[in-house]
Amino acid sequence: MELVFSQLLDGVSIGSVLLLAATGLAIVFGLMGVINLAHGELMMVGAYVTYVVQNLFKPLGEGLFQLYYPVALVAAFFVTAVVGVFLEKTLIRKLYGRPLETLLATWGVSLILIQFVRSVSTPMVLGIGVTVILGILVNRYLPKKIKSRPFAPYLAGLIWTASALLGIVTISAITGIGNRALNKPWFGPRNIDVTAPKWLQGSWGSIAGIELPGIRIFIIILSALLLLGVAWFLTKSVWGLRIRAVTQNRQMSNCLGIPTDSVDSITFGVGSGLAGVAGAAITLLGSVGPNLGAAYIVSCFMVIVLGGVGNLVGTVIASMMLGIIQSIIGSGSLLIAFPDMPKVAAAVVEFFATTSMSYVLIFIFIIGFLQFKPTGMFPQKGRSVEA
Amino acid sequence: MKLSLSKRLVAGLAAAAVGLTTTACGGGGGGDTAGDFDGEIKVGILHSLSGTMAISETTLKETEEMAIKEINDSGGVKVGGKSYKIKSISEDGASDWPTFAEKSQKLIDADGVAVVFGGWTSASRKAMLPVYEAKDHFLFYPIQYEGQECSKNIFYTGAVPNQQAEPAVDWLFDKFSGKLGKKVYLVGSDYVYPRTANTIIKEQVKSLGGETVGEDYIPLGNTEVAPIIAKIKKAFPDGGIIINTLNGDSNVALFKQFKAAGIDPEKYPIMSFSIAEEEIRQIGPEYVGGTYAAWNYFMSLGTEASNNFNEAFLAEYGDDRVTNDPMESAYNMVYLWKAAVEKADTYEDLDAVRNALIGIKLDAPQGPIEMYPNHHISQTVRIGEAMDDGQFKILWDSKTPVAPITWNQYVPETKGYKCDWTLDRADAGKFKM
Repeated sequence: MELVFSQLLDGVSIGSVLLLAATGLAIVFGLMGVINLAHGELMMVGAYVTYVVQNLFKPLGEGLFQLYYPVALVAAFFVTAVVGVFLEKTLIRKLYGRPLETLLATWGVSLILIQFVRSVSTPMVLGIGVTVILGILVNRYLPKKIKSRPFAPYLAGLIWTASALLGIVTISAITGIGNRALNKPWFGPRNIDVTAPKWLQGSWGSIAGIELPGIRIFIIILSALLLLGVAWFLTKSVWGLRIRAVTQNRQMSNCLGIPTDSVDSITFGVGSGLAGVAGAAITLLGSVGPNLGAAYIVSCFMVIVLGGVGNLVGTVIASMMLGIIQSIIGSGSLLIAFPDMPKVAAAVVEFFATTSMSYVLIFIFIIGFLQFKPTGMFPQKGRSVEA
Repeated sequence: MKLSLSKRLVAGLAAAAVGLTTTACGGGGGGDTAGDFDGEIKVGILHSLSGTMAISETTLKETEEMAIKEINDSGGVKVGGKSYKIKSISEDGASDWPTFAEKSQKLIDADGVAVVFGGWTSASRKAMLPVYEAKDHFLFYPIQYEGQECSKNIFYTGAVPNQQAEPAVDWLFDKFSGKLGKKVYLVGSDYVYPRTANTIIKEQVKSLGGETVGEDYIPLGNTEVAPIIAKIKKAFPDGGIIINTLNGDSNVALFKQFKAAGIDPEKYPIMSFSIAEEEIRQIGPEYVGGTYAAWNYFMSLGTEASNNFNEAFLAEYGDDRVTNDPMESAYNMVYLWKAAVEKADTYEDLDAVRNALIGIKLDAPQGPIEMYPNHHISQTVRIGEAMDDGQFKILWDSKTPVAPITWNQYVPETKGYKCDWTLDRADAGKFKM
C-alpha cells in the first residue's frame, strides 16, 4: 500500500510538471494549429521573470522576500503573455494555415530568444530601442506623396537599415565608454540561481511514512488550479466562447461579428502566459539557463500527440500516464511489488530501471499506442478536422 | 519634396557609413604589433564558445588568454636567444564533437600553430585524438577525466581517477563507514566519463570490501530526478553515501529536488566530481551547502601562489568571478608548454618539445606539479565541503603530489598496464609491466 501510494505520488508529481508545461502548448497547438517550437523558450522567459522578481524582492528583507514567489508567478504570466501577443501580431499571424512555415519561423524565434537572454545588456537594449523608435517614427512621418510612390517599400527598407546602423552606432558608442558595470550582460550565458522561498523548500510533513516534498505538492496544486482556470476560461467566459467558435469555423465566426484577429492574439497570449507560469514553476525543480526550454519541448509535444490534439482532458490523462509510467519503470519498483517474478522478467525490469532506459520504453509505448490510435486518445471530431 | 527625399537618402547613407566605420574600428582594435619581440609563435585555443558547454569552456579560454598575456608582458618566450610573442588563435568547437576535429585540422594546417590548448568533454577529446595522432601534432587537454588513455600527442593536465575519485572514495569510507557502512549509490550523466569513472569506483569499492547498491544515469540536460530519489530512499532508508558524477544542468535539478525530498547531507553525504566554485554559484549555495567535492585546486586554498592567481583573474575579468580547478589546470598547461619550449630551445620541432616536457616541474597555484613520462601530471588531491558563501572549506589533502596512473589498476582489463613515452618501444602507450 505504501509502495503504491508513493509511486502514485511520484508519478503524479512528474505528470503535473508535464501537464503544466503542456497546457499552454495544448491551447496554442490544439486550438490554433500553430506548431510552436518556441514554447520551451517562452517557459525560459517565465523563469527569467521569476529571477528578476526575486532580485527585486531581495532588498526588501527576509519577511517580504518569502512572498516573492506568488508575485513572480503572476508577473511571469503577464510578461510572457505580452511577448506571446507581440509574436502573434508580428509573425505568427502572417503564417496561419502554413504549419511547416510556422515550425521553421518559431524555431528561429526560439534561437533568437535564447541568444537574446545570453547577450542582453544595457547598451544593446538602448541600441535596439533607438533602432525601433527611429524606424517607426521616420516611416510614420514620411510625407504621403512619397509613400504612394512605387519605390516606397524600398525606401522603408532603407530607412530600417539606416536606423539599424544607428542602433549599432549607439551600442558601440556606449560600449566604447568602457564602463564595466554598464556593459555587463544582464544575465549572461551562465545559468542563474533562483532560490525557492523557505516555505517551499524542504518537506511538508509526511503521510503514512511518505515524505511530502513541498515543491512537488505545490506544483501538483498549481497545475490543478491552472487547469481549472483554463477550463473555466474556455467554457464559461465570453472570450472562451469566441475562441471555441473561431476554432470550429473561422469564416462563420467572422461573419457573425467575432473579431477573429483579437481572438487569435488572445489565444496565443494565454497559451504563452501559461508557458511563462510553467517556467516560473520549474525554477523550483531544476536549473535556470538560456537552454532551459530544450529539455521540455519534446515532452510537451509527446503529451499532446498522445492525448489528442485540441483536447484538454487528453492532455491531462496523457501527462499523468507518462508520469506514472516513468516513475514505476524508472525506479524499478515492479521488482519490489512482485518479488517472485521469473528470473527473465526480473532481468528485463532491471534493465529498464534507469532514467535513460525508461525514456526508451516510453517512446516505444507511444509509438505502439499511435499504431492503434493515430490521432491520440481523444481525437477531435467535427467539421474543422475535415476542412 | 524631391530635395527632401534625396536629403533623407543622403542622411541614411551617411548614417550607414558612420555605422560601418565605427563597427569596423570597434572590431579590429587592439592589433598592435609588438616592437620588443623578435617574432611570434602562434598557438591554438579550441573550446566551445557556443552551445551547452560554452558556460564552462569560455572560462578556460579566458584563463589561457590571461596566461598568454602574462607571458607576453614579462618578455615572451625565449628561444635561441630571441624572445617571441605568443599569438593565440581561438576557434569555437560549438559543443559539437566533430567540429573539434575539424577546427583542430584548421588550426594545424591553415594557421600552422605550434600547439593547441583545448577541449573539455571526453567526447571532444576522443574526437580530436585521431587528428593529432595522424598529423603527429600536439594537444594540451585540461580537464579531470576517466583515464584509460595515453596518447603520444596529448598532454593531460587534469586529474585521472587515482588523483580524484579514488582518494575521495577512500576518504568517504574512512569518515562515514562507521555510521553508514561501506555502501555507495552512484548517480551520473549518461556519457563516457561518468560511466567509466563509475566502473572504476565499483571495482575499487569491491576491493575495499564495500558494496555498490545502485547505479543510475540521467541523459545530459534531463531535469527529472524523482525516480532516482525513490530508488535512493529504497536503497538507503536511513542514510548512505552518494557519489555524484552528473555534469551540467542535471546537478541543479538533483540538488534542488534532494533538498525537497528531505535528503540532507547530514544523513546522506554526497561526493561530487564535477561541482566546482562556478557550479555552486549556479545551483545556489543553499542547495549544495554541506556536500563534498574532490579536486586538485580550490579557490579558497589560501597559499600565496593561489592568491596571486585569483587576484590576477579577478583583476582581468571582474570581481564577481570565481576561479576553479579546470581553470587552474588550463592556466598551468600554458606555462608547462612555455617551459618545455624554452628547455628544448625550439618551438617548431614538436618531438623535441614533447620530450622536453617530461620531467618539467612547476610551482602552480595548487602547489608543485611535475609532468610524468605518461604525459599526465602529478597533483595534490584535496577534498572540500561546500560552504554558504559559495567557496569550499578544505577538509583533507594528500600533503604531497600524487603521481598519475593512466591505466587503472582496479579495472581487470587494464590491471598491470603502464604508459611511458620515454621508452623507445612501439607500444609505449600501453604495455604490460
